[in-house]
Amino acid sequence: MKNKYPKKFLTGLYQKMLEIRLFEESLVEPILKGEIKTPCHLYTGQEAVAVGVCASLKRTDYVFGNHRSHGHYLAKGGNLNALMAEIFGKETGCSRGRGGSMHIIDTSAGFLGSAPIVAGTISLAAGQALASKIKKEKRVTVSFFGDGATNEGVFYESLNLAVLHKLPIIFICENNLYSTHMPIRECSANTKIYQIAKAFKMPSFKIDGNNVLEVFETVKKVVDRARQNKGPAFIECLTYRLRGHVGPDDNVQGLHTDIRSKKEVETWRKKDPIKKFEELFIENGVINKKNLEEIYQKTNQKIKEAHKFAQKSAFPKKSELLKYVFKK
Amino acid sequence: MSSKNKKILPYSLAINEALHQMMAKDKSVFIIGQGVKSVWYVGNTCRGLLEKFGEARVIDTPVSENAVTGIGVGASLAGLKPVVIHPRLDFMMYAFDPIINEAANWHYMFGGKSSAGVVIRGIINRGGEQAAQHSQAIEALFAHIPGLKVVMPATAYDAKGLLISAIRDKNPVIYIEDRWLYQEKNQVPQKIYAVPIGKGVIRKKGKDITIAAISYMVPQAIKAAEELKKEGIEAEVIDLRTVKPLDIPLILKSVKKTKRLVITEAAWLTGGVAAEISAQISNKAFKYLKAPIERVCLPDAPAPMSKPLEKSYFINYNDIIKTIKKMIYV
Repeated sequence: MKNKYPKKFLTGLYQKMLEIRLFEESLVEPILKGEIKTPCHLYTGQEAVAVGVCASLKRTDYVFGNHRSHGHYLAKGGNLNALMAEIFGKETGCSRGRGGSMHIIDTSAGFLGSAPIVAGTISLAAGQALASKIKKEKRVTVSFFGDGATNEGVFYESLNLAVLHKLPIIFICENNLYSTHMPIRECSANTKIYQIAKAFKMPSFKIDGNNVLEVFETVKKVVDRARQNKGPAFIECLTYRLRGHVGPDDNVQGLHTDIRSKKEVETWRKKDPIKKFEELFIENGVINKKNLEEIYQKTNQKIKEAHKFAQKSAFPKKSELLKYVFKK
Repeated sequence: MSSKNKKILPYSLAINEALHQMMAKDKSVFIIGQGVKSVWYVGNTCRGLLEKFGEARVIDTPVSENAVTGIGVGASLAGLKPVVIHPRLDFMMYAFDPIINEAANWHYMFGGKSSAGVVIRGIINRGGEQAAQHSQAIEALFAHIPGLKVVMPATAYDAKGLLISAIRDKNPVIYIEDRWLYQEKNQVPQKIYAVPIGKGVIRKKGKDITIAAISYMVPQAIKAAEELKKEGIEAEVIDLRTVKPLDIPLILKSVKKTKRLVITEAAWLTGGVAAEISAQISNKAFKYLKAPIERVCLPDAPAPMSKPLEKSYFINYNDIIKTIKKMIYV
């Protein structure tokens, strides 16, 4: 590990995963207190996917997200303060308080937008990839979606078109085993999702989505391939959300919609991608506990400052209710 | 009649000319959709484009309306100017998600940080015993959606000028054409010109009644006005050209003069664009009106197949005349 990667790169991956985790966890209390109402689909537990994928991209590459995209946004380098302010509905938010948690964007970082209609952004990402192909700009687009999205028709249409037109796109399916409340075995005739993409004659892999280096290494190969106009690829990242479908915990919110057994959740808690990476760090002597603590403090401070920034920012003006219906 | 700067063109070739000129002028313009290589699907509106601009910019697609439209929307977010083509509005219903959830909302829900400047050409292709799923005119559904603009040219001149405006617009524009208009001919300038979105035009002056017409019903309204003139009724014909945003000021000005309004749209009566116009004019010109506003629209029924049923289903100038006589000779 130490010989293969520079320390800076490895600590960068760790820092980013931790930033996402602390960001998401910092929302729990405000959600429970009712200070945040916008539906937040927390990314806790899936950090290694977004961070591993985005580490294989250039800043000039593109990403489209879905409903659970705080992690995608931050991993791609989206502005942290603007994301926090958006969740609190402020004018300084990345979508000026018009979008909330489910509609986030930072075009300067190549994060071109997230939207919660399941599978709705897959074709948009393919369109961005087509644009890159037409412009010959050698940029790669990543489409993030969940296992639930693979039951939508547009998913199949998009895979077919991406291969037909050799689009520079990487499909990242985050299989967290649940489509909202429904376990995958009740949703999909074939639960081995990566096999679906194989039917469209593109390279397709199933990997451990809680292992950030495995994600990075696998995605890097297919990104380089797509950049050389060799076409799309599909990666199924097996992972698990440690929070509820929406909000901190479906049960805590009194809805009792989380049918996952405590045992199952505990099993996955042991596979927490950040803990796993920490252990690997120590084992390989990349970093000591003191350094980890320093990273934690520094990152936590950033999150606290983001909360302060959001708190002191103004809400959008009522007079600007209709301002962005059309682009002038 | 043809001069150096203008020529007589049918509606379909005016669309074709706009595409040729805009694609030649702007490398970011491309077309994508089902059947763009096929006259059978899109008439001659895409004639010569593939030969001139190649497969990279003239993309014929499998029947995947949802993803193809989404790809157009996505490419527009990247700053390209896609013209997505649906050979029938009926098939375009598969694409409501990228059009409504994504394109229409995009600029607003991201606080103006990004916008989908995509053109979606939907073709109404009806009659000829094609029945329910090859006939539908659903402009009102799109007009209902904030963030969409909806244009419906009725003349060759506007077909070209509005397509150019639609391509230049930074917002999603639904461009709806009716194949029953494809052979309508008039003088079309050879240069690139824009017909402004949101502006109607008076096609015929009159003082007794205003006919506000949309798309295919414009030539029918003009014919009705010509017939009525023989009886001494002078109808003013307004071609709306755009159904979202509506040119209410133009209709209002006319109604204040004529005191009567009939709206005609070759789409279903209930909840149509005609209903919206009626509501707005009732609200703004109530005291001027000498008669209730009337609508000449399709019956609230799917399009039938059998010839006699089809004949009584579709509307034409006779229906407008009957309605106007009823309004005037009360």
